[in-house]
Amino acid sequence: MSAPLIAFRAVDLVFGPVRVLGGLTMDVKRGEIVCVVGPSGCGKTSALRLASGLLRPTRGEVLFDGEPVRGPRRDVAIVFQDYSKALLPWRTASGNVSLALEAMHMARGRRPARIAELLARVGLAGAADKYPSQLSGGMQQRLQIARCLAQTPLALMMDEPFGALDALTRQTLQDEMLDIAQATGATIFFVTHDLEEAIYLGDRVIGLAPHPGRVGLVLDVHLPRPRDQVATRESAEFLKLRRALYDFIHTSERS
Amino acid sequence: MKGLVVPVVLIALAEIAARAGGPSDSTAPPSQVLVALAGALADGSLLAATRDTLTSAFGGLALGAGAGLGGGLALGLVRPLDRLMELTLELLRPIPSVAIIPIALIALGFGYRLEIAIVAFSCFWPVLILTRAAVRSVEPRLIEVARALRLSPGSAALKIVAPAAAPRLFVALRLATGVALVVAVTVEIAVNPQGLGYEAMMASQALRPALMLADLLWIGMVGYALNAGLLFAQRRLFPYASEAAR
Repeated sequence: MSAPLIAFRAVDLVFGPVRVLGGLTMDVKRGEIVCVVGPSGCGKTSALRLASGLLRPTRGEVLFDGEPVRGPRRDVAIVFQDYSKALLPWRTASGNVSLALEAMHMARGRRPARIAELLARVGLAGAADKYPSQLSGGMQQRLQIARCLAQTPLALMMDEPFGALDALTRQTLQDEMLDIAQATGATIFFVTHDLEEAIYLGDRVIGLAPHPGRVGLVLDVHLPRPRDQVATRESAEFLKLRRALYDFIHTSERS
Repeated sequence: MKGLVVPVVLIALAEIAARAGGPSDSTAPPSQVLVALAGALADGSLLAATRDTLTSAFGGLALGAGAGLGGGLALGLVRPLDRLMELTLELLRPIPSVAIIPIALIALGFGYRLEIAIVAFSCFWPVLILTRAAVRSVEPRLIEVARALRLSPGSAALKIVAPAAAPRLFVALRLATGVALVVAVTVEIAVNPQGLGYEAMMASQALRPALMLADLLWIGMVGYALNAGLLFAQRRLFPYASEAAR
Protein backbone atom coordinates (compact mmCIF):
# COMPACT_ATOMS: atom_id res chain seq x y z
CA MET A 1 0.00 0.00 0.00
CA SER A 2 1.44 3.36 -1.04
CA ALA A 3 1.79 6.35 1.28
CA PRO A 4 -1.32 8.52 1.60
CA LEU A 5 -1.45 11.73 -0.48
CA ILE A 6 -2.97 13.75 2.35
CA ALA A 7 -2.39 12.83 5.99
CA PHE A 8 -3.70 14.54 9.13
CA ARG A 9 -1.61 13.62 12.17
CA ALA A 10 -3.17 14.51 15.55
CA VAL A 11 -4.20 17.92 14.28
CA ASP A 12 -5.49 20.51 16.73
CA LEU A 13 -6.90 23.79 15.45
CA VAL A 14 -7.73 26.48 17.99
CA PHE A 15 -9.34 29.85 17.21
CA GLY A 16 -9.26 31.97 20.37
CA PRO A 17 -11.42 30.15 22.91
CA VAL A 18 -12.78 27.68 20.35
CA ARG A 19 -11.15 24.31 19.76
CA VAL A 20 -12.28 23.62 16.21
CA LEU A 21 -10.36 20.40 15.67
CA GLY A 22 -8.97 18.14 18.38
CA GLY A 23 -6.64 15.31 17.54
CA LEU A 24 -7.88 14.86 13.99
CA THR A 25 -6.10 11.94 12.34
CA MET A 26 -7.11 10.73 8.89
CA ASP A 27 -5.65 9.79 5.52
CA VAL A 28 -6.66 10.35 1.94
CA LYS A 29 -5.13 7.89 -0.45
CA ARG A 30 -3.83 8.70 -3.91
CA GLY A 31 -6.60 8.78 -6.51
CA GLU A 32 -9.29 8.32 -3.90
CA ILE A 33 -12.53 10.31 -3.58
CA VAL A 34 -13.03 11.03 0.11
CA CYS A 35 -16.17 12.82 1.22
CA VAL A 36 -16.14 14.52 4.61
CA VAL A 37 -19.47 15.09 6.32
CA GLY A 38 -20.55 16.16 9.76
CA PRO A 39 -22.91 18.45 11.65
CA SER A 40 -22.23 22.17 11.34
CA GLY A 41 -19.37 23.26 13.53
CA CYS A 42 -17.54 19.94 13.19
CA GLY A 43 -14.63 21.62 11.40
CA LYS A 44 -14.99 19.95 8.00
CA THR A 45 -14.30 23.15 6.08
CA SER A 46 -11.37 23.91 8.41
CA ALA A 47 -9.95 20.47 7.62
CA LEU A 48 -10.17 21.26 3.90
CA ARG A 49 -8.47 24.62 4.42
CA LEU A 50 -5.69 22.94 6.41
CA ALA A 51 -5.09 20.40 3.67
CA SER A 52 -5.14 23.24 1.10
CA GLY A 53 -2.54 25.27 2.99
CA LEU A 54 -4.94 28.18 3.63
CA LEU A 55 -4.74 27.49 7.38
CA ARG A 56 -1.97 26.25 9.69
CA PRO A 57 -2.66 23.73 12.46
CA THR A 58 -2.20 24.86 16.05
CA ARG A 59 -0.66 21.47 16.91
CA GLY A 60 0.03 18.30 14.97
CA GLU A 61 0.77 18.25 11.27
CA VAL A 62 -0.85 17.94 7.90
CA LEU A 63 1.21 16.15 5.26
CA PHE A 64 0.75 16.37 1.52
CA ASP A 65 2.65 13.84 -0.54
CA GLY A 66 4.76 13.12 2.54
CA GLU A 67 5.77 16.73 3.20
CA PRO A 68 4.29 19.11 5.80
CA VAL A 69 1.86 21.59 4.20
CA ARG A 70 3.38 25.08 4.47
CA GLY A 71 0.98 26.98 2.24
CA PRO A 72 -1.10 26.66 -0.89
CA ARG A 73 0.45 24.67 -3.75
CA ARG A 74 -0.31 25.01 -7.43
CA ASP A 75 -0.85 21.25 -7.79
CA VAL A 76 -3.67 21.46 -5.24
CA ALA A 77 -6.75 23.23 -6.60
CA ILE A 78 -9.54 24.59 -4.43
CA VAL A 79 -13.16 24.72 -5.60
CA PHE A 80 -15.02 27.16 -3.36
CA GLN A 81 -18.73 26.92 -2.66
CA ASP A 82 -19.43 30.58 -3.47
CA TYR A 83 -18.47 30.39 -7.14
CA SER A 84 -19.84 33.86 -7.88
CA LYS A 85 -17.34 35.38 -5.46
CA ALA A 86 -14.44 33.20 -6.50
CA LEU A 87 -14.60 34.21 -10.18
CA LEU A 88 -13.19 37.49 -11.51
CA PRO A 89 -16.27 39.42 -12.69
CA TRP A 90 -14.17 41.60 -15.03
CA ARG A 91 -12.80 38.63 -16.95
CA THR A 92 -14.66 36.44 -19.42
CA ALA A 93 -14.87 32.68 -18.97
CA SER A 94 -11.66 32.37 -21.01
CA GLY A 95 -9.99 35.07 -18.93
CA ASN A 96 -10.89 33.33 -15.69
CA VAL A 97 -9.34 30.07 -16.85
CA SER A 98 -6.39 32.04 -18.14
CA LEU A 99 -5.70 33.39 -14.63
CA ALA A 100 -4.58 29.93 -13.49
CA LEU A 101 -2.42 29.47 -16.59
CA GLU A 102 -0.85 32.90 -16.01
CA ALA A 103 -0.15 31.93 -12.40
CA MET A 104 1.61 28.85 -13.72
CA HIS A 105 3.66 30.99 -16.14
CA MET A 106 2.39 29.23 -19.24
CA ALA A 107 3.60 30.99 -22.40
CA ARG A 108 0.99 33.37 -23.82
CA GLY A 109 0.89 31.62 -27.17
CA ARG A 110 0.08 28.24 -25.66
CA ARG A 111 -2.80 29.47 -23.52
CA PRO A 112 -5.70 29.72 -26.05
CA ALA A 113 -5.59 26.04 -27.02
CA ARG A 114 -5.42 24.94 -23.39
CA ILE A 115 -8.27 27.29 -22.41
CA ALA A 116 -10.46 25.93 -25.21
CA GLU A 117 -9.70 22.37 -24.13
CA LEU A 118 -10.53 23.08 -20.47
CA LEU A 119 -13.77 24.94 -21.27
CA ALA A 120 -14.84 22.07 -23.54
CA ARG A 121 -13.99 19.62 -20.74
CA VAL A 122 -16.66 21.24 -18.50
CA GLY A 123 -19.16 21.89 -21.31
CA LEU A 124 -18.56 25.63 -21.62
CA ALA A 125 -17.08 25.70 -25.12
CA GLY A 126 -19.84 28.05 -26.29
CA ALA A 127 -19.48 30.44 -23.36
CA ALA A 128 -15.82 31.40 -23.75
CA ASP A 129 -16.54 35.11 -24.24
CA LYS A 130 -19.27 35.41 -21.62
CA TYR A 131 -18.73 37.19 -18.31
CA PRO A 132 -19.54 35.24 -15.11
CA SER A 133 -22.60 37.46 -14.51
CA GLN A 134 -23.99 36.18 -17.82
CA LEU A 135 -23.71 32.54 -16.73
CA SER A 136 -26.11 30.45 -14.62
CA GLY A 137 -25.00 29.19 -11.22
CA GLY A 138 -24.22 25.75 -12.57
CA MET A 139 -22.17 27.20 -15.41
CA GLN A 140 -20.28 29.47 -13.03
CA GLN A 141 -19.35 26.49 -10.88
CA ARG A 142 -18.26 24.57 -14.00
CA LEU A 143 -16.09 27.56 -14.88
CA GLN A 144 -14.46 27.52 -11.46
CA ILE A 145 -13.81 23.79 -11.88
CA ALA A 146 -12.24 24.47 -15.30
CA ARG A 147 -9.93 27.06 -13.70
CA CYS A 148 -8.96 24.47 -11.07
CA LEU A 149 -8.31 21.82 -13.73
CA ALA A 150 -6.01 24.34 -15.46
CA GLN A 151 -3.67 23.79 -12.52
CA THR A 152 -3.42 20.09 -13.55
CA PRO A 153 -3.95 19.31 -9.88
CA LEU A 154 -2.86 16.19 -8.05
CA ALA A 155 -5.73 16.90 -5.68
CA LEU A 156 -9.00 18.82 -5.93
CA MET A 157 -10.24 20.34 -2.68
CA MET A 158 -13.98 20.84 -3.01
CA ASP A 159 -15.76 22.79 -0.28
CA GLU A 160 -19.50 22.11 -0.58
CA PRO A 161 -19.17 22.93 -4.28
CA PHE A 162 -22.74 22.05 -5.24
CA GLY A 163 -24.47 23.23 -2.07
CA ALA A 164 -25.86 26.39 -3.64
CA LEU A 165 -27.22 24.72 -6.79
CA ASP A 166 -30.72 23.40 -7.46
CA ALA A 167 -31.23 19.65 -7.11
CA LEU A 168 -31.17 18.76 -10.82
CA THR A 169 -28.11 20.86 -11.61
CA ARG A 170 -26.41 19.39 -8.56
CA GLN A 171 -26.92 15.84 -9.85
CA THR A 172 -25.61 16.78 -13.29
CA LEU A 173 -22.49 18.31 -11.79
CA GLN A 174 -21.98 15.31 -9.51
CA ASP A 175 -21.84 13.03 -12.54
CA GLU A 176 -19.59 15.44 -14.44
CA MET A 177 -17.26 15.56 -11.47
CA LEU A 178 -17.08 11.76 -11.34
CA ASP A 179 -16.21 11.71 -15.06
CA ILE A 180 -13.47 14.28 -14.49
CA ALA A 181 -12.11 12.35 -11.51
CA GLN A 182 -11.95 9.22 -13.59
CA ALA A 183 -10.38 10.93 -16.59
CA THR A 184 -7.73 12.85 -14.64
CA GLY A 185 -7.09 10.42 -11.79
CA ALA A 186 -7.06 13.38 -9.40
CA THR A 187 -7.50 12.74 -5.70
CA ILE A 188 -10.64 14.42 -4.43
CA PHE A 189 -11.27 15.78 -0.94
CA PHE A 190 -14.93 16.64 -0.94
CA VAL A 191 -16.66 18.44 1.93
CA THR A 192 -20.45 18.36 1.96
CA HIS A 193 -23.39 18.49 4.33
CA ASP A 194 -25.46 16.37 1.94
CA LEU A 195 -25.13 12.79 3.22
CA GLU A 196 -26.51 11.16 0.08
CA GLU A 197 -24.16 13.19 -2.07
CA ALA A 198 -21.25 11.95 0.05
CA ILE A 199 -22.19 8.31 -0.43
CA TYR A 200 -22.99 8.76 -4.12
CA LEU A 201 -19.60 10.31 -4.91
CA GLY A 202 -17.21 8.79 -2.42
CA ASP A 203 -14.90 5.82 -2.25
CA ARG A 204 -14.96 6.52 1.45
CA VAL A 205 -17.07 8.78 3.64
CA ILE A 206 -15.54 10.23 6.78
CA GLY A 207 -17.95 11.55 9.39
CA LEU A 208 -16.54 14.16 11.76
CA ALA A 209 -17.90 14.47 15.29
CA PRO A 210 -18.05 18.03 16.66
CA HIS A 211 -16.66 19.98 19.68
CA PRO A 212 -13.84 19.50 18.93
CA GLY A 213 -13.83 18.09 15.40
CA ARG A 214 -12.44 14.57 15.13
CA VAL A 215 -13.11 11.42 13.14
CA GLY A 216 -16.28 9.77 14.36
CA LEU A 217 -17.06 7.33 11.58
CA VAL A 218 -15.39 5.95 8.45
CA LEU A 219 -17.52 4.20 5.85
CA ASP A 220 -16.06 2.30 2.90
CA VAL A 221 -18.37 2.66 -0.06
CA HIS A 222 -18.33 -0.42 -2.26
CA LEU A 223 -20.97 0.76 -4.72
CA PRO A 224 -20.01 -0.15 -8.29
CA ARG A 225 -18.83 2.55 -10.73
CA PRO A 226 -19.92 4.17 -12.93
CA ARG A 227 -22.66 5.22 -10.56
CA ASP A 228 -26.16 6.05 -11.63
CA GLN A 229 -28.36 8.72 -10.11
CA VAL A 230 -31.38 6.40 -10.02
CA ALA A 231 -30.08 2.84 -9.73
CA THR A 232 -27.23 3.59 -7.31
CA ARG A 233 -29.43 5.59 -4.98
CA GLU A 234 -32.02 2.77 -4.94
CA SER A 235 -29.56 -0.02 -4.16
CA ALA A 236 -29.69 -1.83 -0.83
CA GLU A 237 -26.04 -1.01 -0.14
CA PHE A 238 -26.69 2.72 -0.65
CA LEU A 239 -29.66 2.67 1.70
CA LYS A 240 -27.69 0.76 4.32
CA LEU A 241 -24.87 3.31 4.22
CA ARG A 242 -27.37 6.15 4.29
CA ARG A 243 -28.97 4.75 7.43
CA ALA A 244 -25.57 4.35 9.13
CA LEU A 245 -24.58 7.92 8.24
CA TYR A 246 -27.88 9.45 9.38
CA ASP A 247 -27.65 7.58 12.68
CA PHE A 248 -24.12 8.86 13.20
CA ILE A 249 -25.04 12.48 12.43
CA HIS A 250 -28.06 12.45 14.70
CA THR A 251 -26.10 10.93 17.57
CA SER A 252 -23.21 13.36 17.22
CA GLU A 253 -25.53 16.36 16.93
CA ARG A 254 -27.17 15.45 20.21
CA SER A 255 -23.91 14.90 22.06
CA MET B 1 -39.10 61.27 -24.12
CA LYS B 2 -41.70 61.59 -21.35
CA GLY B 3 -39.05 63.28 -19.22
CA LEU B 4 -38.96 66.18 -21.67
CA VAL B 5 -42.62 67.12 -21.13
CA VAL B 6 -42.10 68.98 -17.86
CA PRO B 7 -39.10 71.10 -18.93
CA VAL B 8 -40.69 72.00 -22.27
CA VAL B 9 -43.93 73.09 -20.60
CA LEU B 10 -42.01 75.07 -17.96
CA ILE B 11 -39.93 76.83 -20.61
CA ALA B 12 -43.03 77.70 -22.61
CA LEU B 13 -44.73 79.08 -19.49
CA ALA B 14 -41.61 81.08 -18.60
CA GLU B 15 -41.58 82.54 -22.10
CA ILE B 16 -45.25 83.57 -21.88
CA ALA B 17 -44.94 84.92 -18.34
CA ALA B 18 -41.78 86.91 -19.03
CA ARG B 19 -43.25 88.46 -22.19
CA ALA B 20 -46.51 89.32 -20.45
CA GLY B 21 -44.65 91.00 -17.59
CA GLY B 22 -42.65 93.33 -19.84
CA PRO B 23 -38.97 94.22 -19.45
CA SER B 24 -37.36 93.15 -16.17
CA ASP B 25 -34.01 93.62 -14.39
CA SER B 26 -34.12 90.20 -12.76
CA THR B 27 -35.48 87.78 -15.32
CA ALA B 28 -35.74 87.29 -19.08
CA PRO B 29 -37.75 85.12 -21.48
CA PRO B 30 -35.97 81.91 -22.54
CA SER B 31 -35.74 83.09 -26.16
CA GLN B 32 -33.64 86.11 -25.09
CA VAL B 33 -31.51 83.87 -22.88
CA LEU B 34 -30.71 81.75 -25.94
CA VAL B 35 -29.83 84.85 -27.96
CA ALA B 36 -27.55 86.04 -25.14
CA LEU B 37 -25.98 82.58 -24.95
CA ALA B 38 -25.28 82.57 -28.70
CA GLY B 39 -23.79 86.06 -28.44
CA ALA B 40 -21.52 85.20 -25.51
CA LEU B 41 -20.37 82.06 -27.32
CA ALA B 42 -19.76 83.99 -30.54
CA ASP B 43 -17.65 86.78 -28.99
CA GLY B 44 -15.48 84.22 -27.19
CA SER B 45 -16.06 85.59 -23.67
CA LEU B 46 -17.98 82.53 -22.54
CA LEU B 47 -15.40 80.12 -23.92
CA ALA B 48 -12.55 82.01 -22.25
CA ALA B 49 -14.43 81.90 -18.94
CA THR B 50 -15.13 78.20 -19.45
CA ARG B 51 -11.43 77.61 -20.00
CA ASP B 52 -10.60 79.46 -16.76
CA THR B 53 -13.18 77.55 -14.72
CA LEU B 54 -12.26 74.15 -16.12
CA THR B 55 -8.54 74.84 -15.64
CA SER B 56 -9.16 75.47 -11.95
CA ALA B 57 -11.65 72.62 -11.62
CA PHE B 58 -9.40 70.05 -13.30
CA GLY B 59 -6.25 71.36 -11.65
CA GLY B 60 -7.87 71.10 -8.23
CA LEU B 61 -9.41 67.74 -9.11
CA ALA B 62 -6.03 66.34 -10.14
CA LEU B 63 -4.37 67.49 -6.92
CA GLY B 64 -7.23 66.64 -4.57
CA ALA B 65 -8.24 63.35 -6.16
CA GLY B 66 -4.58 62.31 -6.51
CA ALA B 67 -3.91 62.96 -2.83
CA GLY B 68 -7.23 61.35 -1.87
CA LEU B 69 -6.41 58.27 -3.94
CA GLY B 70 -2.97 57.89 -2.40
CA GLY B 71 -4.26 58.51 1.11
CA GLY B 72 -7.26 56.22 0.63
CA LEU B 73 -5.06 53.39 -0.64
CA ALA B 74 -2.75 53.78 2.35
CA LEU B 75 -5.64 53.89 4.84
CA GLY B 76 -7.40 50.97 3.18
CA LEU B 77 -4.34 48.74 3.12
CA VAL B 78 -2.63 49.68 6.40
CA ARG B 79 -4.98 49.25 9.36
CA PRO B 80 -2.71 50.83 12.03
CA LEU B 81 -2.40 53.99 9.90
CA ASP B 82 -6.17 54.11 9.56
CA ARG B 83 -6.64 53.95 13.33
CA LEU B 84 -3.92 56.58 13.87
CA MET B 85 -5.50 59.06 11.43
CA GLU B 86 -9.18 58.42 12.14
CA LEU B 87 -9.80 61.16 14.70
CA THR B 88 -7.76 63.78 12.84
CA LEU B 89 -9.59 63.10 9.59
CA GLU B 90 -13.02 63.06 11.23
CA LEU B 91 -12.28 66.50 12.71
CA LEU B 92 -11.08 68.01 9.43
CA ARG B 93 -13.65 66.45 7.12
CA PRO B 94 -16.76 68.37 8.24
CA ILE B 95 -15.15 71.75 7.46
CA PRO B 96 -17.16 73.21 4.55
CA SER B 97 -14.77 73.81 1.68
CA VAL B 98 -15.91 77.40 1.17
CA ALA B 99 -15.02 78.12 4.80
CA ILE B 100 -11.35 77.90 3.91
CA ILE B 101 -11.74 80.74 1.35
CA PRO B 102 -10.61 83.42 3.87
CA ILE B 103 -7.44 81.50 4.78
CA ALA B 104 -6.70 80.62 1.19
CA LEU B 105 -7.24 84.22 0.10
CA ILE B 106 -4.65 85.56 2.59
CA ALA B 107 -2.19 82.79 1.76
CA LEU B 108 -2.59 82.68 -2.01
CA GLY B 109 -4.26 85.88 -3.24
CA PHE B 110 -6.70 86.01 -6.17
CA GLY B 111 -6.27 83.79 -9.20
CA TYR B 112 -5.88 80.16 -10.21
CA ARG B 113 -3.90 79.14 -7.13
CA LEU B 114 -6.68 80.21 -4.77
CA GLU B 115 -9.36 78.37 -6.71
CA ILE B 116 -7.29 75.26 -7.34
CA ALA B 117 -6.44 74.97 -3.63
CA ILE B 118 -10.08 75.15 -2.55
CA VAL B 119 -11.24 72.73 -5.25
CA ALA B 120 -8.45 70.34 -4.25
CA PHE B 121 -9.53 70.50 -0.59
CA SER B 122 -13.13 69.72 -1.59
CA CYS B 123 -12.25 66.81 -3.88
CA PHE B 124 -9.79 65.28 -1.45
CA TRP B 125 -12.40 64.09 1.05
CA PRO B 126 -14.86 62.12 -1.07
CA VAL B 127 -12.02 60.47 -2.98
CA LEU B 128 -10.17 59.61 0.25
CA ILE B 129 -13.23 58.04 1.87
CA LEU B 130 -14.41 56.19 -1.24
CA THR B 131 -10.93 54.88 -2.09
CA ARG B 132 -10.50 53.54 1.42
CA ALA B 133 -13.88 51.83 1.14
CA ALA B 134 -13.08 50.47 -2.35
CA VAL B 135 -9.86 48.84 -1.16
CA ARG B 136 -11.61 47.40 1.89
CA SER B 137 -14.44 45.99 -0.16
CA VAL B 138 -12.32 43.80 -2.44
CA GLU B 139 -13.94 40.38 -2.11
CA PRO B 140 -11.88 38.36 0.44
CA ARG B 141 -12.56 35.21 -1.57
CA LEU B 142 -10.67 36.73 -4.51
CA ILE B 143 -7.69 37.40 -2.25
CA GLU B 144 -7.89 33.71 -1.31
CA VAL B 145 -7.99 32.70 -4.97
CA ALA B 146 -4.80 34.72 -5.46
CA ARG B 147 -3.24 32.87 -2.52
CA ALA B 148 -4.41 29.47 -3.78
CA LEU B 149 -2.84 30.18 -7.18
CA ARG B 150 0.28 31.51 -5.46
CA LEU B 151 0.24 34.78 -7.37
CA SER B 152 3.12 37.07 -6.42
CA PRO B 153 2.08 40.20 -4.44
CA GLY B 154 2.68 42.31 -7.56
CA SER B 155 0.59 40.01 -9.75
CA ALA B 156 -2.17 39.87 -7.16
CA ALA B 157 -2.28 43.68 -6.92
CA LEU B 158 -2.32 44.05 -10.70
CA LYS B 159 -4.65 41.18 -11.59
CA ILE B 160 -6.97 41.06 -8.59
CA VAL B 161 -6.99 44.10 -6.28
CA ALA B 162 -6.71 46.89 -8.86
CA PRO B 163 -9.42 45.64 -11.23
CA ALA B 164 -11.65 44.73 -8.28
CA ALA B 165 -11.42 48.26 -6.84
CA ALA B 166 -11.39 50.13 -10.17
CA PRO B 167 -15.17 50.51 -10.74
CA ARG B 168 -15.63 52.08 -7.31
CA LEU B 169 -12.60 54.30 -7.81
CA PHE B 170 -14.09 55.54 -11.05
CA VAL B 171 -17.37 56.35 -9.28
CA ALA B 172 -15.33 58.35 -6.76
CA LEU B 173 -13.68 60.23 -9.62
CA ARG B 174 -17.06 61.01 -11.19
CA LEU B 175 -18.41 62.32 -7.91
CA ALA B 176 -15.30 64.41 -7.33
CA THR B 177 -15.57 65.91 -10.83
CA GLY B 178 -19.05 67.17 -10.01
CA VAL B 179 -17.78 68.59 -6.72
CA ALA B 180 -14.85 70.27 -8.52
CA LEU B 181 -17.12 72.17 -10.92
CA VAL B 182 -19.56 73.26 -8.21
CA VAL B 183 -16.78 74.48 -5.93
CA ALA B 184 -14.88 76.25 -8.72
CA VAL B 185 -17.99 78.22 -9.71
CA THR B 186 -18.79 78.94 -6.07
CA VAL B 187 -15.32 80.37 -5.42
CA GLU B 188 -15.66 82.52 -8.56
CA ILE B 189 -19.02 83.86 -7.42
CA ALA B 190 -17.76 84.50 -3.89
CA VAL B 191 -14.31 86.01 -4.40
CA ASN B 192 -12.26 85.03 -7.41
CA PRO B 193 -12.62 87.46 -10.34
CA GLN B 194 -12.41 84.96 -13.22
CA GLY B 195 -14.32 82.14 -14.87
CA LEU B 196 -17.99 81.32 -15.35
CA GLY B 197 -19.10 82.17 -11.82
CA TYR B 198 -17.60 85.63 -12.11
CA GLU B 199 -19.22 86.15 -15.54
CA ALA B 200 -22.64 85.33 -14.08
CA MET B 201 -21.98 87.63 -11.12
CA MET B 202 -20.96 90.50 -13.43
CA ALA B 203 -24.05 90.04 -15.61
CA SER B 204 -26.20 90.10 -12.49
CA GLN B 205 -24.60 93.30 -11.21
CA ALA B 206 -24.90 94.91 -14.65
CA LEU B 207 -28.65 94.14 -14.55
CA ARG B 208 -28.42 91.94 -17.65
CA PRO B 209 -30.68 89.01 -16.65
CA ALA B 210 -30.62 87.36 -20.09
CA LEU B 211 -26.81 87.08 -20.01
CA MET B 212 -26.80 85.98 -16.37
CA LEU B 213 -29.29 83.20 -17.10
CA ALA B 214 -27.32 82.27 -20.22
CA ASP B 215 -24.23 81.84 -18.01
CA LEU B 216 -26.18 79.63 -15.60
CA LEU B 217 -27.59 77.60 -18.48
CA TRP B 218 -24.07 77.13 -19.86
CA ILE B 219 -22.70 76.05 -16.45
CA GLY B 220 -25.46 73.46 -16.27
CA MET B 221 -24.64 72.23 -19.78
CA VAL B 222 -20.93 71.94 -18.99
CA GLY B 223 -21.69 69.98 -15.81
CA TYR B 224 -24.13 67.71 -17.61
CA ALA B 225 -21.66 67.05 -20.43
CA LEU B 226 -18.85 66.21 -17.99
CA ASN B 227 -20.98 63.74 -16.07
CA ALA B 228 -22.42 62.20 -19.23
CA GLY B 229 -18.93 61.75 -20.67
CA LEU B 230 -17.69 60.08 -17.49
CA LEU B 231 -20.77 57.85 -17.28
CA PHE B 232 -20.21 56.76 -20.87
CA ALA B 233 -16.55 56.01 -20.12
CA GLN B 234 -17.55 54.10 -16.99
CA ARG B 235 -19.98 51.85 -18.88
CA ARG B 236 -17.36 51.23 -21.53
CA LEU B 237 -14.56 50.51 -19.08
CA PHE B 238 -16.51 48.46 -16.55
CA PRO B 239 -19.34 46.68 -18.36
CA TYR B 240 -19.32 43.97 -15.72
CA ALA B 241 -19.78 46.30 -12.72
CA SER B 242 -23.11 45.89 -10.99
CA GLU B 243 -25.67 48.69 -10.98
CA ALA B 244 -25.05 49.04 -7.26
CA ALA B 245 -21.54 50.30 -7.90
CA ARG B 246 -22.86 53.09 -10.09
